[in-house]
Amino acid sequence: MDILVSNSTILIGMAVVFGVFMAWGIGANDVANAMGTSVGSKALTFRQAVIIAAIFECAGAVLAGGEVTKTIRKGIVDVSSLGDTPELLVYGMLASLLAAGIWLMVATRMGWPVSTTHSIVGAIVGFGAVGIGMEAVQWGKVGTIAMSWVTSPLLAGAIAFALFRSIQKLIIDTDDPFAKAKKYVPYYIFLVGFIMAMVTLLKGLKHVGVKLPFEQNMLYATVIGLIVASIGTIMIKRLKFDAKLDKKFHYTNMEKIFGVLMIFTAIAMAFAHGSNDVANAIGPVAAVVGIVQSAGEIAVKSATPVWILVLGGAGIVFGLVTYGHKVIATVGSGITELTPSRGFAATLGAATTVVFASGTGLPISTTHTLVGAVLGVGLARGIGALNIGVIQTIFLSWIVTLPAGAILSIFFFFTFKGFFS
Amino acid sequence: MVRRSPITNMFAGSPVKPLQEHMKKVHECAKTLEPFFKAVLKKDYNQVNVLFKQIHNLEVEADDLKHELRIHLPNSLFMPMPRERILDIVTVQDRIANTAKHVAGMVNGRKMQFPDEIAEFMTAYVECCISTSRQAKRIINELDELVEVGFRGREVNSVEEMINDLDKIEYEADKLEHQINNALFVIEKSLDPIDAVFLYRVIREVGEVADIAQRVGARLELLLAR
Repeated sequence: MDILVSNSTILIGMAVVFGVFMAWGIGANDVANAMGTSVGSKALTFRQAVIIAAIFECAGAVLAGGEVTKTIRKGIVDVSSLGDTPELLVYGMLASLLAAGIWLMVATRMGWPVSTTHSIVGAIVGFGAVGIGMEAVQWGKVGTIAMSWVTSPLLAGAIAFALFRSIQKLIIDTDDPFAKAKKYVPYYIFLVGFIMAMVTLLKGLKHVGVKLPFEQNMLYATVIGLIVASIGTIMIKRLKFDAKLDKKFHYTNMEKIFGVLMIFTAIAMAFAHGSNDVANAIGPVAAVVGIVQSAGEIAVKSATPVWILVLGGAGIVFGLVTYGHKVIATVGSGITELTPSRGFAATLGAATTVVFASGTGLPISTTHTLVGAVLGVGLARGIGALNIGVIQTIFLSWIVTLPAGAILSIFFFFTFKGFFS
Repeated sequence: MVRRSPITNMFAGSPVKPLQEHMKKVHECAKTLEPFFKAVLKKDYNQVNVLFKQIHNLEVEADDLKHELRIHLPNSLFMPMPRERILDIVTVQDRIANTAKHVAGMVNGRKMQFPDEIAEFMTAYVECCISTSRQAKRIINELDELVEVGFRGREVNSVEEMINDLDKIEYEADKLEHQINNALFVIEKSLDPIDAVFLYRVIREVGEVADIAQRVGARLELLLAR
């Protein structure tokens, strides 16, 4: 107990520094994957993508990031098992942040495929199982999280497949795809706005202190969907079309309309990504702050303070502005074969899955989910050529990242423990 | 430090554009047979030689494109069309250029002369065979549209119609080939025997251009049948 009280400033200070560093890393590297499809399909210029990402990553983190943060904070390691040694959790969480941060830096430098989510979850499970004890880890919850890493790409793929088939049926395979796109795209924009608003209202806002009955949520989500759809309709009306362009490729003007839809989908993706990935950085911070501030009382009930969510969001934006914009340009220019209609189906499939996972409190990998979604569109015979060697890379990143995060965090855990006591 | 992104790694180069580029080059090569035979009928052998070189160069360029396409099509790709079919189509396309080069080489090398009795048919015949190649090119140009629609529905029907048209043009070429062969048969006794044999051969090989172009359409049809 005394350790926590006498070192409270330094412990919270370390947590904040490590957390902001992680958030910086997410903004610098991971955001690019979420925005890549939008830039690659040329629906957004890379500057627009950076602006959208800055605003909506932060919004997603603050408005809908609470649930996953809770999971990272106290869902993986059973805090009630700590009894009178709450400082162990503080050391462990600091160790996890440091381990994940360092591992990500090393892996990035070496060019290995890694996931931020997997690093931090591996790290927490590692220090929990070895540093505190096997029984301290809530294996049931960990199992659910691991399952979600398999199911999230599958679900995203299924949604993307269905979305793409629906636009094939309603728009692309018709006598006048251009007119049909004008007609139906606003409905899809409504869908984007509605889903995002609904999940946020149902699951996210209670961390900001707002809780409404279901019917009222439904109403608000519908209103938000309608507002977004009408903004989209105006944007479509203001587009300029050139019939000559359709001579070379018959679907040029239709794709322009999908470009508008893609902007909204990109917003949804940034929001979803912020809501899920921010927890990787600030979940442990929230745990440390919670214990230290209550001077050792492990608060099972308390919600994540909003300032920590804001800190995470700001950290992501910081990473984006200082470094991430370059990565977005790199990733975006690497994706050349994606048209807005496919980009939309894949991105919305992924964004929906991620935002649902955020609502359920499951930390998943946005990148892997997006890979699943793109494959879903590919299965609908929608994309010229996909390199399925990527699936191998994903499995590899699981096998490599989880143990690496765990081993490093065990090492740092015992270092901190020895240092402070 | 940029992390290698699985998202970027995922998007491989689609073979559609390279396939279309190759077909464009192949057709350019086949198309040159028209001025080539015009020069032959005018007995302007300097011009014949110039055009043969041009055909030869186009064939070489088409070959390069073919190799380029094959190299960039590893078997780890997941595509809306089977990889083997694409490789198959490019091989067939390439044979159009090969045949054009071969027939031009034969005519140029032997400084062949066409008797007036068949000369009149020859121009129409060559044009017709070039039309099949042109139609094959048009069909291949629809491939990006087919990918856009996901190989379904109306676009598929319109491509099938184009393939039907290709068959019709090829049938026309067949009929013209018969007529020329008949005309040649009537006068063959009056010709030098070796010259006659080679005339038959040139006629067959020009027809071969049309046959192969038709096969390009047939191979593409297999993509639709899935």
